Amino acid sequence: MMSDAPAMRPAPRTPALAGRVKAALVLFVLFALMPPLASALNDPFYVLIGTRILAYAIAAMALDLILGFGALVSFGHAAYLGFGAYAVAILSSYGIDDLFLQIAAGIVMSAGFALITGAISLRTQGVYFIMITLAFGQMAFFFFISLSAYGGDDGYSLSQRSGVLGTDLLGSDYGLYYTTLALLIAVFVLCNRIVNSRFGRVFTGIRENRTRMEAVGYAPFRFQLTAFVISACLTSVAGVLLANQAQFVSPAFMSWHRSGELIVMVVLGGVGTLTGGIVGAVVALLLEEWLGMLTHHWPLLFGTFLVLMVLFSPRGITGLIERLGIGRGRR
Amino acid sequence: MMNLFVLQLLNGVQLGVLLFLIAAGLTLVFGIMDVINLAHGVLYMVGAYLIATFAALTGSFWWGLLLMLPAAVVVGLLIEVVIIRRLYARSHLDQVLATFGLVMIASELVEIVWGTSPLSVPMPEMLSGSVPLMGPLRYPVYRIAVILAGLAVAAGLYVVVNHTRIGMLLRAGATNRMMVSALGVDINKLFAIVFTLGAVLACLAGALVAPILSVDTGMGESVLILAFVVVVIGGIGSIKGAFLGALLVAVVDTLGGVFGPFLLRSLLDPAAAGQMGRVLAPMLVYILMAVILFARPAGLFGRRA
Amino acid sequence: MTSLSVQNLSKNFGALKVTDDVSLEVASGEIHAVIGPNGAGKTTLIAQLSGQLRSDAGRVLVGGEDISQLSMPDRVGRGLARSFQITCVLPGFTALENVAVAVQARSGSSFRFFGRVAEEEALNAAALRALEEAGLGDRAHVRASSLSHGEHRRLELAIALATEPKVLLLDEPLAGVGGEDAEAFIDRLKRFKGRFTMVLIEHDMEAVFALADRVSVLVYGRIIATGTPEAIRSDPEVRAAYLGEEEEEVA
Repeated sequence: MMSDAPAMRPAPRTPALAGRVKAALVLFVLFALMPPLASALNDPFYVLIGTRILAYAIAAMALDLILGFGALVSFGHAAYLGFGAYAVAILSSYGIDDLFLQIAAGIVMSAGFALITGAISLRTQGVYFIMITLAFGQMAFFFFISLSAYGGDDGYSLSQRSGVLGTDLLGSDYGLYYTTLALLIAVFVLCNRIVNSRFGRVFTGIRENRTRMEAVGYAPFRFQLTAFVISACLTSVAGVLLANQAQFVSPAFMSWHRSGELIVMVVLGGVGTLTGGIVGAVVALLLEEWLGMLTHHWPLLFGTFLVLMVLFSPRGITGLIERLGIGRGRR
Repeated sequence: MMNLFVLQLLNGVQLGVLLFLIAAGLTLVFGIMDVINLAHGVLYMVGAYLIATFAALTGSFWWGLLLMLPAAVVVGLLIEVVIIRRLYARSHLDQVLATFGLVMIASELVEIVWGTSPLSVPMPEMLSGSVPLMGPLRYPVYRIAVILAGLAVAAGLYVVVNHTRIGMLLRAGATNRMMVSALGVDINKLFAIVFTLGAVLACLAGALVAPILSVDTGMGESVLILAFVVVVIGGIGSIKGAFLGALLVAVVDTLGGVFGPFLLRSLLDPAAAGQMGRVLAPMLVYILMAVILFARPAGLFGRRA
Repeated sequence: MTSLSVQNLSKNFGALKVTDDVSLEVASGEIHAVIGPNGAGKTTLIAQLSGQLRSDAGRVLVGGEDISQLSMPDRVGRGLARSFQITCVLPGFTALENVAVAVQARSGSSFRFFGRVAEEEALNAAALRALEEAGLGDRAHVRASSLSHGEHRRLELAIALATEPKVLLLDEPLAGVGGEDAEAFIDRLKRFKGRFTMVLIEHDMEAVFALADRVSVLVYGRIIATGTPEAIRSDPEVRAAYLGEEEEEVA
């Protein structure tokens, strides 16, 4: 069936990618404007909450990289938040308080753990993958609980925030906020490049149809493992920032509930969109703050919200997002 | 040393039997319905709270246990009909989200109904005390009763799965879901029965453990992950795998905590061995899981994915 | 060009012998058709040849090299490509992207994380060429999920072409395609004759007899006859086992 009618020949699609970048730009501008607004309202507390949201946005975006673009539902990603956070605690206890060295240490620990556990988890698929990542996440959790040198279960307080190249940039809440924002932007740019690269196309292709990709010559394992490690490393950056925000680290950073919350964020904002992770972090954490003000039984409301959302959108949250035309699409 | 070993081995078996009760339902639900249920640990907790309530009302552990069972059926059926049933055709991601929400709801509801302070369930009179085991060693009667009760349930489950029509359908369902629907079986009914059976077993585990543990809202959490490890090790959908996996995980967990440092002491100096042992012990079951999965990605008795 | 040699290949599912000691010699540049009634094990044979399914016994040689122990991706790297009977494409990708990702597999590393792949002209140009060869050039920018069945069959072909195979396994490329479309498809395949070696599994006897140099007949996992189309057509054993049923099957 040949047709020469021009209507049958859609032009090369204008990359919706531009749309994603645009949405991200709007978000970043809004984030940049938030602190002056908060100080005008005389409520600098918002800056600390904002830092927390931005840090989680980094983690959610990193998770979306494998969950949205690779359909790898990792239920152990909180472990990497923990590695980042403990990198701050461990290095600062040895007097190394430079942010970038701490980030590097968090990345090294995360890469090692993700490489080993990912290699085992990725030999399986579906339900197995979810449960195994969950179990390995729990393993990391128990490791830090029994690490008595850093407070074990009780956690470890940081006497001061990290330095940045010898300056005390993070000493002020504003400095920490804008550093976090800068890292969020950097991680977004990186993720965006990755999903649009050769590697990203293969990785997304494996999500679309694994057998097809094998039949044109790709071994999925290597690509999935690489993406898994990248995602883990980026998540640990969020952990470094969260430790600075709270000036405290504890195994609670790595509980399986935290992993679940990261997944919730990605899904709330829209899987496979990158900006969705950012939006999801904002929505989920603000909802948490707001419900928390209403009642200390807020998880009851949040849980009900989750269940209703899954049950009453015909094909689940994933379907709802597809119908809104923002999810699943890779650009 | 030998005494300690026997004691810890028995404790391990007792934990293993409980883990089996929890993991059995979980593995069937995974294997037959392909549903991941994060709320399974909640059922274990609910079982404990139910027996605590009924035992307090009636003043008897036995009445509590007897009343807990129909209540567990109701709870299981309710969750299946209201939530789980709608998740069969959904993606794993949807299942994760909905059952994660269910965990939040259930934990808060339990806190609202029963408060935050732990409850306790009195040991039944006839099972209190201990019996001599070997030499000066004595072992609590109740724990022996738990082991026996668990083994009895496991045996019952074995008979049901291997020698009844329902069991035949379950086994068929775990290997090939299409086949079961092709047999003209009412899938909805079968799934409801399987889920409720699993729920009752988890509740039973919670009820049995109530007299020897404090009943609190956190109790479902740790056990859920251990049950996942059991299911993964045993192979999804395999009751036999769940049984052996549960015993393996529980014995390694219990013995490792005690004997790990002993073994390390022959390699390291005592202080380092103690430190290392404390760090490694809680990770042992996960390392075990990693090793088994590395050799057999589908678990000990799983069909290959 | 490259020959394909299949030696004593077997596969059992439980007690069922799905592939039973199958041997085949396909010469360089030959189009070799494999026909057989439903359930004869044709698709299983393709799965074994392509490496999707592990064989219980036997060897597969491409150009004399034993590839029996290689995975499907590695076999593709040795020049052994396949198409699928049931459409197997990347539904969220455009037709062009479906093909470009196949081109990418054989041209340069895929572990590049920064450059925008959509702007790699070499990939797109090669992909467009393959699409045009398969008769799908005008639909390059349509999402695969929006293509019709006939277009999916052509996309399957384009993807296989893009891997630049030495040996191409075609699993019922005409499944569900009829009339003029089928004729155009057969013409297209004819044009590839001599460019690579082909194993063609096909139900459409017209296509088989129009294309094939030689035909093998597979019944219950065994090859009962191999020969020129004319010889196969007049082989009484084949007629009894297979061709006699054809009339009913078409209905």
